[in-house]
Order: sequence, then structure tokens, then C-alpha cells
Amino acid sequence: MKLLSTKATCNSHGQDSSYFLGWQEYEKNPYDEVQNPKGIIQMGLAENQLSFDLLESWLAKNPDVAGFKRDGKSIFRELALFQDYHGLPSFKKALVDFMAEIRGNKVTFDPNHIVLTAGATSANETLMFCLAEQGEAFLLPTPYYPGFDRDLKWRTGVEIVPIQCTSTNNFQITESALQQAYEEAKNKNLKVKGVLVTNPSNPLGTTMSKSELNLLIDFIKDNKDMHLISDEIYSGTVFTSPSFISVMEILKERNDFKDFDADISERVHVVYSLSKDLGLPGFRVGAIYSENDMVVAAATKMSSFGLVSSQTQYLLSSMLGDKKFTKNYIFENQKRLKKRQKMLVNGLQKAGISCLETNNAGLFCWVDMRHLLNSNTFEAEMELWKKILFDVRLNISPGASCHCTEPGWFRVCFANMSEDTLNLAMKRLKDFVANSINGEGCSNNKKKTRSTQASRSFTKKSISNWVFRLSSRDHREQEER
Amino acid sequence: MGLEIEQEHPCVELSNIATSETHGENSPYFAGWKAYDENPYHEITNPSGVIQMGLAENQVSFDLLEKYLEEHSEASTWGKGGSSFRDNALFQDYHGLKSFRKAMASFMEKIRGNKAKFDYERIVLTAGATAANELLTFILANPGDALLVPTPYYPGFDRDLRWRTGVNIIPIHCDSSNNFQITLEALETAYKNAESMNMKVKAVLITNPSNPLGISIQRSVLEDILNFVTRKNIHLVSDEIYSGSVFSSHEFISIAEILESRQYKDAERCHIVYSLSKDLGLPGFRVGTIYSYNDKVVTTARRMSSFTLISSQTQHLLASMLSDESFTDNYIKVNRERLRKRYEMIIEGLKSAGIECLKGNAGLFCWMNMSPMLESNTREGELKLWNEILNEVKLNISPGCSCHCSEPGWFRVCFANMSEETLELALKRIRDFMNNKDRKDIGI
Repeated sequence: MKLLSTKATCNSHGQDSSYFLGWQEYEKNPYDEVQNPKGIIQMGLAENQLSFDLLESWLAKNPDVAGFKRDGKSIFRELALFQDYHGLPSFKKALVDFMAEIRGNKVTFDPNHIVLTAGATSANETLMFCLAEQGEAFLLPTPYYPGFDRDLKWRTGVEIVPIQCTSTNNFQITESALQQAYEEAKNKNLKVKGVLVTNPSNPLGTTMSKSELNLLIDFIKDNKDMHLISDEIYSGTVFTSPSFISVMEILKERNDFKDFDADISERVHVVYSLSKDLGLPGFRVGAIYSENDMVVAAATKMSSFGLVSSQTQYLLSSMLGDKKFTKNYIFENQKRLKKRQKMLVNGLQKAGISCLETNNAGLFCWVDMRHLLNSNTFEAEMELWKKILFDVRLNISPGASCHCTEPGWFRVCFANMSEDTLNLAMKRLKDFVANSINGEGCSNNKKKTRSTQASRSFTKKSISNWVFRLSSRDHREQEER
Repeated sequence: MGLEIEQEHPCVELSNIATSETHGENSPYFAGWKAYDENPYHEITNPSGVIQMGLAENQVSFDLLEKYLEEHSEASTWGKGGSSFRDNALFQDYHGLKSFRKAMASFMEKIRGNKAKFDYERIVLTAGATAANELLTFILANPGDALLVPTPYYPGFDRDLRWRTGVNIIPIHCDSSNNFQITLEALETAYKNAESMNMKVKAVLITNPSNPLGISIQRSVLEDILNFVTRKNIHLVSDEIYSGSVFSSHEFISIAEILESRQYKDAERCHIVYSLSKDLGLPGFRVGTIYSYNDKVVTTARRMSSFTLISSQTQHLLASMLSDESFTDNYIKVNRERLRKRYEMIIEGLKSAGIECLKGNAGLFCWMNMSPMLESNTREGELKLWNEILNEVKLNISPGCSCHCSEPGWFRVCFANMSEETLELALKRIRDFMNNKDRKDIGI
């Protein structure tokens, strides 16, 4: 019996991937400075832990807000009853102002065009439900966030067709790659409903160039059925030049220069969230921004399935409404991210490892370990990943899990740990590389045995399968965006 | 409602789901809202405005919650120093805060007078029961399949169960001949009905206590339903979001109790939906849960809940509140008592106006019988009366047809979302309306 739906029994949630092993191992043996200094250091988690003190100090200065008070009066009742899917007006206003501020106020957003959702996870899925039918497809540049396989495809039945990007041009999107993806979809009889990009990119940690953005807009301009979704959840993490250019800016520019097909603005949609910029993934605050009334109307109704807690909306309306706070936060947060990234880059350099040179955003680096591979294959990438997991005891994300076409690239996070922990991670890596260069792999036989044992049970599972699986974990679901 | 932008160009197509009407928001049920929004009653500023009686909210026990918060500021803050805020802000684990799940399980047990046990590991958290019901539908049924739902039912189900899932609702028709109880015959008829339309029936979904009836399901009926789903080898979803609003503690029987009495035989086909929106009056906080006796459903639901997690800030608050036994014991008792009082008030008031209601024992509303007042015993007759009540009596109540009731003339009237004074006023207006009707009838 107990027949469940196809959705429930299929694998599109992606959590059976062998990549899960990394998380499992981490959980069995998590690093702790005092309790477990030899444990595995988590570097696969794109969390921003650098600026909590700023949030905590604001909370301390504004104790009434968390206590459901406004101007000294309790608004608990009002908030407890507020379930209007249009969202708290004061929060939407504060949020769009924040979004504009992040973009240097070069564009503004209309609060009536914002739809609040329980996280960007929900926002992305909702857009798929609104824009595509089951069996239709969206094009996504690789490498991309592994969670998309679940978020965009699982319950919606929508397909993803990759736009293959390569290191030859720092993984930028090219016209030929775009066309190729489109052709591939056609050959598979998949109707393409649009393109979804993450800008700044996860896992690359780079901002998209003006020409890339224009390329995308030109692409959907010519195909009237298509939409462009720009997931800009890392927009506040751009820490060095080139500065962030939102797709909304490009639209505005083209409008100003009369190179404007008014219809395009109805087919471009932005996704945002406070999980990365503000480091609040637990609060589930996501948003869809669209100039298309119908999309806003449909998405608003759909948001009933994933509303943001009014308690949280109120807290954040107050915090983000404090312009002095937001100005300082944005600036300080970026400063700290820049410093951290530099630490990671320098540490990697000392180990003879380089990162994508265009890395200017995000909570991670896209690291080039191709020279450490035994062969230019994904099998070799997995072997290296396992070594780094078991011997170096660092959990990092292999490029294959992000659908990267070139083996040897890894995403390494830097903002979810202390400076000391980061330094330790770099030291371990340096030692590992030094030993590898000196010949026979691990310094410790015991470790090697354990690694080999785990390898064996690991390899029992089909290799080709896991390469294309997504990498969500079961035990403690920490989004690794 | 949003900016009006002139649509000069042919609109780019959205998905069928986006453009379909299955969100159900064009039904008359929502038209009443419009009338209310345009002319809302206010004791001082608009005393002749429309009184909202179509909103099943529980506003009678906020003082208890407010008192708790005042005395326990740690629930709404994160304490001084330490990593409390940080940990909470980072916590996005779809298992949910353990302390919250435990508190929830314990609260659910208390509501059922400890007659059933709940294992916190089987609790899946979702942003409201709206999400829980949709999620379960995604898990239990494929597009084109059917769920059997007894009528009359909550209008929102049309959207929650069908819209994005593509699943159909086949009604199990209940009528006043036996106080709208679900019968085996009605179940069989509905099942055959679905079959005749080539739909695979995947589950029966009941709301217990019922919305809009305001009555809890009898033990024998629950046993019958359980036997039925077992025979047909399908699932049973019991939406028990009003379980804490049963006026008398011993009257509510949860499916959990029945299952326990059967030593959990065949329990894997059963799933319970709960929420704090009604019992605690916190719809804005988006707190729903799925409790399933089926491991695969728990695992899958948990993964799917990624799309609809509860804010960790809110989990933290409620973990504190619901694990405080002296608070919960008192709340459950007092809330129940106040709802019972309100219910008696409205029943008396309606009776004195010559209107009968279904004998209810739960919920935030009563199921009122106005069929004797209908000009014609039809849906049109009912809507005509509804319009009259909306526009002349200035009360927004819910017509039975919006709940898919097969008998015209029944209305759901909420009583817990306003002050006692406002309720008195509403009852007075009804009395006046009925008196005038009488006079018209006898030609005065």
C-alpha cells in the first residue's frame, strides 16, 4: 500500500546523493576549537557569520521591537492576527529601501511589486509555478547552486537545461553557450520558458558583467515567451570591484536610452532574501520582485503556502527602517567579507592553490584544484574531495555537485567560521599539499586506512549517479547556498 | 490593490496554474470581504458599518498570551551575550527546533486530555496549516487523483488541496437529516463517484472538529471512517486545527486516540494536521504541523517543508510558551471556557431571533439554519438572503454554498473575532431584521 505520490517517491529532492557523505562525516566529527581540534572543519556552508555583533547591538539598543512594542505600545494582538499575504506594508517599504541601498540607489523598487515568501527557496519555486508548466524548461548557467535541482524541479516538474560555462573566460556566460543550451532543450523537446541566473553567482562568487546582462536581456527580448529571473540574494556581499550591477539597472538604462521594449520589464523578475546579506537564514525572509502585475498577483496568492511570520516582519521592518543602521551594516559587512576572502585567498596561495581571480562577492571562493587531480576526470575530483574530507578534514563542495563541466573546481566558504578556524584550515591544506608533492599521500597510515574504507563503501554506490545529483543533506539541513 | 499598469502589449503567458481560477478567490465568499473592507464596523468611528462575522479568528484569549509575554521576556528576546541570537538566526534545519517540537507534542497531548501520546520526532513543521494540507496532498496524491472531503467544508481547501497540486476534491455529501454526520453510505457514494470519473482516490480528508459545522466527530463515525480507508487502502488526513476549541474537554476524540486504542494497527495511513492559528489565535505567526504515523511521509514532508519553514524566531518564542505547563494548562482551560460562553451567547441570541443552529460543541463559529427564510430553496435563494444580510443587516457571514453545502440556507457565523459588545450589536441587528421580516410576512 501506502502508496505515495510520484513526487514523494522520486529522487528529485536530491537527498540521496552520495555527496551527503560529506555532511555525515562532518556531523560525526565536527571541529571544535576546544573539544575536538582535530575534527572536520565545515567549509561547505554558505553562511554569513561575520556581522552578528552589529545585529545584536541594534537589538540591544531597540529592545522594544522584539517585545512586540511600537512607540511604547503593545502591538502583539495586531501582529498575531496579521496574516495578509500582501505583507506588512512597513516591512515591504523597509525591504525595498534596503534593496535599493544595496544597489547604491541606482534603482528603486516599488513596495507594491514585492511578494514576501518564506525564504528564497520558496520564492524560486513559486516563480517556477507561475511561469512554467510541468515539462517545460529553464536555462541555468553552470556551475549553479545544487539546491536548484530541488527548488526549481521537484514539485513543479520543470526541467533545468545547463548553459555550460568554462574557465577559459572565468565561467562567464557566452552567446554561443546560451544558444547551445537553447538548442539542447529543443532537441529534447523541451519548451524553454526562460533563463535563471544567480547574480552574484553561487558558487563562483563573482558579479555578472554588463555585457553578460545585456546578452541575457537580448536573448529574452527576441524570444517573447521567455522570462529572466535574477536571483540576487548575494547582492549585499559584493566586497570589491567591479561593483554590483543588478539586472534592474540594465533595464533602467535601456529604458533611458529608448532601446526599450516595454514588454521586457514584464518578463524580468528578481529574487531576494535576508539569509546571506544579513545572516538570517532561520528567519525565512525571501522576496520576489516583478513589474509584471499578473506575476505579482499570482505569486502573492501562492505565498499563502509560505508566508513570513508577522513577528519577524515587524522586527525587520524596524531594523531595516533604521537607515543609520543599514548604511553602517552594508559598509561594515562588506569590509569584513573582503578581509576574510583575502585571508582565504592568501592561505590557499601558500598552499599553491589559486581561486577564480574575478572573485569579488559571495561568502566563498571558487577554488582551482585541477593541478591536484590524478586525472582530468570527475572520478579524480571525487577522490581528491574524499582525501580532503577524510585526511585534511575539511568539508568543501566539489564542482560536480554544482554541475560544473570541468573537474577540479571546489567551492570553499570563508564566512561561517572564526578567523582562527580559517587559519587552521589553511594550514592543514598547506600541509596536505606539501605532503602530496613529497610523494606518498598521507602522513598517517591509520588515517589512510579509514579513508580507504570509507572510500570503498562510498564507491559501492554508483559514481556516475552522484555526479549529477544535488547536494542537500538529510540530517541537519543547513542550506549550503 | 497594487498599481494599475496599462497593458499595452499582449501579455506574456504565465503558467496554467498562475492563470487558473483554482485559487478560488473569485467566489462570493471573498465578495463579502470586499464589502467589509469598504465599510468596516467600528464602535466609535463607524457604528453602522459591516460587522465581520466571516472570519474564524480567536480573539478571546489574547490577554493570557500578553500576560505570558510580559512575564517572560526571554521568550521574545535572546538573552544577554552568548550565542543565543546567532544560533537562532542561523537555525534553518528543517527538522525544526527540538525544544519547539517537544513543546508542540506536549501541547497536542494536553489538548486531547492526555488521551493520546505524540512523539515529537514525528512532528513536521510548516508555515501554517494551509501549507501542511497542500504538502500532504503533494505527498499522498498525483495530479488527477482525488481526495474525498465531507461537505460542507472550509472554502480554502479548494485552493489549498487543488491549486498547485492538480489533485481533485470529490465531496462526501452530508446533510441535516442526521446533523451532517459522515455516513458509510456517503463515503461509498463519493468513492464510486470518483471512480466513475476515472479518478484514483488517494485519501479521505476530514476536519475534526469541523469547519464550518463547529462540531466534533463522534467516536463511532471515526471508527467507520478508519475502517473505510483501511478497506480501500487509502490515507486518512485529520485536520484537527480546532481541537483546542472544543468547549468541553472530554468531548473531542482525536483520530490519535482511535489509533492508540487499536495499538496503531494500520496507523501508517493516518496523518494529523495541526496549527496554532485557531487555538492560540496566532495566524500571523504561521505555525502549522503535520503529524504522521508513516515514516516515509515524515521524511518526505520534512524535506518538502524547506519551502515553508517556520521562522526560527517564532519557534523560539513558542517553544518557551508551550513548554510552560502552568501556562498551557491554564490557557487551554480558560480559552475553552470563554469560547463556550461566547457560543452560548450567540445561540441564545439567535434563538431569541427565531433562528436555529446546529448543536455545536467546538470551533469559533456556529452553523446557522436560515432555510425557512429562503424565498426559494436554492443556491440563488441562499445568495439572495446572504446579500440581504450583507447589505441591509450589515453582517458579513459565510453562505453555505461557499462551503459546498448541498442544502441551501445554512450559514457559518463567527463569534470569537470581536468584542462581546459587538456580538450583542450583531445579534440585535439580526433580531431586528427577523422582526421586520415577520412583519412583512404578515403584511404589516
